[in-house]
Amino acid sequence: MARVIIMGGGVSGHTAASFLAKWIGKKHEIIVVTPNALWNWIPSNIWVGVGDMSKSEVTFPLAPVYKKAGIDFRQAKAVSINPEGKESSDDAFITIEYTGQDKEEQREEITYDYLINATGPQLNFQATDGLGTAGHSGDHTVSVCSADHAVHASQELKICIEKMKAGERQTFLIGTGHGMCTCQGAAFEYIFNIEHKIKQEGLRELADITYITNESFLGDFGMGGIHFNTGGYTTSSKIFAESLYAERGMSWILGAHINKVEEGKVTYETLDGEINEQEFDFAMLIPPFGGVGLKAYGKDGVDITETIFAPNGFMKVDADYTPKPYEEWKPSDWPRTLQNQDYKNIFAVGIAFAPPHIISKPMSSPNGTPINPTPPRTGMPSAMMGKAVAMSIRDMINDVSIEPTHTASMAEMGAACVASAGKGIFKGTAAAMTVYPIIPNFEKYPGTGRDNNGTTGEIGLAAHWIKHILHFGFLWKAQMKPGWTLIPE
Amino acid sequence: MSKSDHIKHIEPYSPQFGAMIPGKFQKFLRTCVLWQLVRFVAINIRMTILILKSHH
Repeated sequence: MARVIIMGGGVSGHTAASFLAKWIGKKHEIIVVTPNALWNWIPSNIWVGVGDMSKSEVTFPLAPVYKKAGIDFRQAKAVSINPEGKESSDDAFITIEYTGQDKEEQREEITYDYLINATGPQLNFQATDGLGTAGHSGDHTVSVCSADHAVHASQELKICIEKMKAGERQTFLIGTGHGMCTCQGAAFEYIFNIEHKIKQEGLRELADITYITNESFLGDFGMGGIHFNTGGYTTSSKIFAESLYAERGMSWILGAHINKVEEGKVTYETLDGEINEQEFDFAMLIPPFGGVGLKAYGKDGVDITETIFAPNGFMKVDADYTPKPYEEWKPSDWPRTLQNQDYKNIFAVGIAFAPPHIISKPMSSPNGTPINPTPPRTGMPSAMMGKAVAMSIRDMINDVSIEPTHTASMAEMGAACVASAGKGIFKGTAAAMTVYPIIPNFEKYPGTGRDNNGTTGEIGLAAHWIKHILHFGFLWKAQMKPGWTLIPE
Repeated sequence: MSKSDHIKHIEPYSPQFGAMIPGKFQKFLRTCVLWQLVRFVAINIRMTILILKSHH
């Protein structure tokens, strides 16, 4: 009997665990190690953050779902990996530290045959002075990165709405809290939902709403922007996004690295080297992401973290990590099997794998401060990576192959993104975007780097309906209710 | 609503000055239930094709 450990129970880890349990769970052991007792459908945190949904509507307890599926659930955080075992044993193992199940702070070693690293990001609020501490936003700003963060954001928003009802003008600042952030989509959705909420309250005239971003142009989204056919033109996402902001009277600050957050004020450096300040009454700033700080040790106890992990804490896989200039970047730089090349029984999926480089063109200020979005790899790509790795491990355990049998390269897959612009069964809207492939391939698709037939974008009520259906569909799927496998990743 | 109400808030030579602003009909289509039912089907087909192309 083989044992597979999945570190992390987010979109990619949970997808891998669910399929492995279905395919090989009766004969083999599937263990999920995650510090959270609740599973969170993160895309709907946006609606929690404006008070349109409660925390209980976007989360569910993992323990009963895993019990029913025959998955061994450990509410714990992974601390370290010993891929060669230790002096007294050759069995590879991980060390975990419990965060629940009445074993808080207790440590345990668990051996494995296959290991999937799906730990997701550490929210590095501490990277910006005053933005917060590791995993937690500070006193001056809010976040929507977790359900609890979003609940807090909605409470703060409510206070601002009450002030506006009393006639007080309020300034809202939404965006990225550091020059190396990813997840612009979350900030994009949140600012539009805030504007929609304030408009619904009849208070739009009393709100100044500004988007601040590390993108060099609106609509970069960490993917170097996308182009799609609309109205007889091939249009850049820059035009698409600018139109959405301008239509709603929202201003934007581009190419910004926030280096200091104080009460009611941020200080930021721009790509042209200027240092500016922006005041706010309410600010939601996304933190940069980093690896969760896992350590790795050799058989003799020597620290081999640098062998397995990139300096940013993400796990190295089958990517080409050779440093090279933007002009020499290729789609083949990106990993396909997501297998660690030093330890072939270890895989990394979702945010946990180390990208070979960013996707957008690297930029920095005259002072040398890097200001560019880092690659998005959440949602659909994460789930597809989780499933592909689960299929490979299934086949390797079943002796179908000694090599991974399935791939999930971001250079060979597309992504569908539905970004809410306001909730409401008849008045809601969302931007529905598809992009293929995620990593631009300028050799295959000269000009824009993407297949124009697979890259699309539009805003409307239909996309909102889809976003809402996805909310229920993916919560259904994640709870492994009847027919869950019919819902695609 | 006059024909130019949708652009009244744009400040000359502000960044928004260079953006496309949708008119009344375009905005109507965005929440027109009949049209959006058509778009609902179209977007779903598009996304299904994308998903099928992406699994390896």
